[in-house]
Amino acid sequence: MTREAYHKSLNEVQNEVLLMGSMVGTALKDAMDALAKRDIEASKRIVKSDMLVNKKRFDIEEKCVRLIATQQPMAVDLRILFSIVNIITDLERIGDHAEGIAKISVSIGEEPLIKPLVDMPKMAEKAISMLERCMKAFIERDAETSRQICNEDDEVDAYYDAIYKELVLMMVESPKIIEDATYLIWAAHNIERIADRVTNIAERVVYMVTGKMEEMNVSKY
Amino acid sequence: MNDKITIKNLNFYYGEKHALKNINLPIKEKEITALIGPSGCGKTTFLRCLNRMHDLYPGNRYEGEILFDGRNILEKGLDLIKLRSKVGMVFQKPTPFPMSIYDNITFGLKLMGVKNKGELSSKVEKALKDSAIWDETKDRLHDSALSLSGGQQQRLCIARAIAVEPEVILMDEPCSALDPVATAKIEDLMTDIKKSYTVVIVTHNMQQAARVSEYTGFFMMGEVVEFDNTQKIFTAPTNKLTEDYITGRFG
Repeated sequence: MTREAYHKSLNEVQNEVLLMGSMVGTALKDAMDALAKRDIEASKRIVKSDMLVNKKRFDIEEKCVRLIATQQPMAVDLRILFSIVNIITDLERIGDHAEGIAKISVSIGEEPLIKPLVDMPKMAEKAISMLERCMKAFIERDAETSRQICNEDDEVDAYYDAIYKELVLMMVESPKIIEDATYLIWAAHNIERIADRVTNIAERVVYMVTGKMEEMNVSKY
Repeated sequence: MNDKITIKNLNFYYGEKHALKNINLPIKEKEITALIGPSGCGKTTFLRCLNRMHDLYPGNRYEGEILFDGRNILEKGLDLIKLRSKVGMVFQKPTPFPMSIYDNITFGLKLMGVKNKGELSSKVEKALKDSAIWDETKDRLHDSALSLSGGQQQRLCIARAIAVEPEVILMDEPCSALDPVATAKIEDLMTDIKKSYTVVIVTHNMQQAARVSEYTGFFMMGEVVEFDNTQKIFTAPTNKLTEDYITGRFG
């Protein structure tokens, strides 16, 4: 009773989740680049391409529904499919946050930034690293790494705190930059939310591997 | 729930063939226990130990203990007729006797010495009602049981099994010869009868085991690989073999 066609489809869906993970990771990288370089055209392209992420999410979800309806998956297979349905929801939201950063860049317009970005690229890099390792843990069924990634959310929160305080101080000193400084706080907040979404994904990976639903690191925000 | 039956170090041999190896299992009272596993894994052999059906053939041998309410039913001199009236059985294919619906139900009762016609009739009605087949048969009780559909015949067999008020009902793939609607009726019925009886079911249909049972045992090559509550077995089994079997990676 080995079910090769079914398991092939199950593997294909997992590969698509990886692809979706790389789509939103790239969107975040590009959005940060465009924000730093003031490349409005690139920012607009990123906003537009979020549609592809949304479409991918529906594609994957539909495939999961079809597999559940036609193959009655059990045990680890069932956990994989349910985890995927949750993971793609978080990935889709990560895509929205990357799009949010691109929209902020468009809103700031042609103006130079009120300050060069120092902590924010590091914060984004951290979030991207968490996402990429989490997707690797997903495909490698690595619960331990997933737990570790959840703990790293504190570092992203610390970056957010530092950026927030710095920008608020700048606003107090110079009220005319309030609008642009607020945009940057939003951008940082988007990255902070992305890291939270990654911890959700990591929780799903742990469930997928162990069958236990565990709340890992609760975000400060 | 209490253990209705406790199986301790059970070994069973068909002549030279060692068919069951060191089985240890609890069967919980008034719950449904499902036994799953690939063909030839020993699940039906195990089921037939529980009412000593194997004694019908020579050369078979048991070792170990099957404690039914604490008493070992493998001990010599046990009254097998009495045991089988306590442990009823329903088979894969419906096995109605070639007689009327009414007589099918009273057959076992008469063997047990019930003679009073009023008592017989009321027991027939109760058994048919409990088996969810009364409405379909009440106007034709004296028609041949063979005129019933496959699903109705199987419910009649369940009625026949419960008419003698057993404590345990063994079901050996009771739905494998039935269509989905008849299967759904039997599954509903199982959920009803477990209020009064302990049920052990062997099934090849894993979704059925997942739907109806509280406990599931996975058998392979004459051994119990894993026994746990059904939800655990079908969402996060502990043993890799169980997982591979129920997800169709071997079998």
